[in-house]
Amino acid sequence: MAKFRKGGGRKLGAISTASLPDIVFMLLFFFMTTTTMKEVTLKVDQKMPEATELTKMEKKSLVKYLYIGTPKREFKKAFGTGSRIQLDDAFANDPSEVEEYISRQRSTMKEADQGQMIVSLKIDKDTKMGIITDVKQALRNAYALKISYTATQKVNNY
Amino acid sequence: MGKKREVQEINASSMADIAFLLLIFFLVTTSMATDKGLLRVLPAPMPKDKEVVEEEVKIKERNILQILVNSNDELMVNGQPMDISKLREKAKEFIVNPNNSEELPEKEIINVDYFGNVGVTKSHVISLLNDRGTSYQVYLSVQNELVAAYNELRDEMCRKKLSMSLEDLAKSKDEKDKDKYDVLAKKVYPMKISEAEPKSYGKEGGN
Repeated sequence: MAKFRKGGGRKLGAISTASLPDIVFMLLFFFMTTTTMKEVTLKVDQKMPEATELTKMEKKSLVKYLYIGTPKREFKKAFGTGSRIQLDDAFANDPSEVEEYISRQRSTMKEADQGQMIVSLKIDKDTKMGIITDVKQALRNAYALKISYTATQKVNNY
Repeated sequence: MGKKREVQEINASSMADIAFLLLIFFLVTTSMATDKGLLRVLPAPMPKDKEVVEEEVKIKERNILQILVNSNDELMVNGQPMDISKLREKAKEFIVNPNNSEELPEKEIINVDYFGNVGVTKSHVISLLNDRGTSYQVYLSVQNELVAAYNELRDEMCRKKLSMSLEDLAKSKDEKDKDKYDVLAKKVYPMKISEAEPKSYGKEGGN
């Protein structure tokens, strides 16, 4: 009887959580090293096109971003379903606004870096070329001639 | 009283919470680094005051590879429909003109540093024209195939003359290698992809 009571009364020891912080810190450092800060909050839906001959952007400070895609669901009502350009955190009404945006971006850069500015075009793969051509013309007029079409690496199978 | 008091351990149970908080913060504010892209250089803008003047640059027909992409994402190369998978080979043949054919660009032998005598088609131009209704993926694929054609040619030349791959040459920190890469990219196989001045065909997606 005594033996029985003794066995039943014993509580299981709590699982030690002493290693939990270590595990979480490990995850934290993993994500800190593999990810980068978001430049802006995306307001457009994007699926990157695929390509093989890609170059990695080495110097982040030289790269300025430009987004084109269809507005996300919550913006559809106000901005429609057609492709739109996003500059910083706002939609552009017209491709010609790109020109002003670029010169504004350029003035924030160091003078020595200004000539090396690269404009990274993040464009949804289903976008029609019309709007992109307009943007490219605007970029030319703003003398932002180095551009990069952002894409994901395609696995080469031939 | 007589007992020796033990030094209390600092309670570390909140450490996990703090770390979780940080973790979640970084998960939300960051994104995976996937910024890779196809680098291209746009031509300088046309001078505004003489917009109307059509450029009268005469290029011999044999020196042009004309690529048209219509709004149905179909390709036309030098007047013939073509599948995109064949574009790379076509472009390579056009750039090199291996058999010195009359149809393909004029070839001349020049002597460059590091590579010796090489036959180059100096005046070749690949002209790309797309419709406003072409989809971006197809446009980028065409650009990609053309860049790939150049890269493959450069790689072949690299392996033949320097017995190293283009990738190694591009990555090398050596001044001489950088020089070699410049010669290869600028003199042996200069990239000449020209995009026509856009013309509007009326409605978006039309035509």
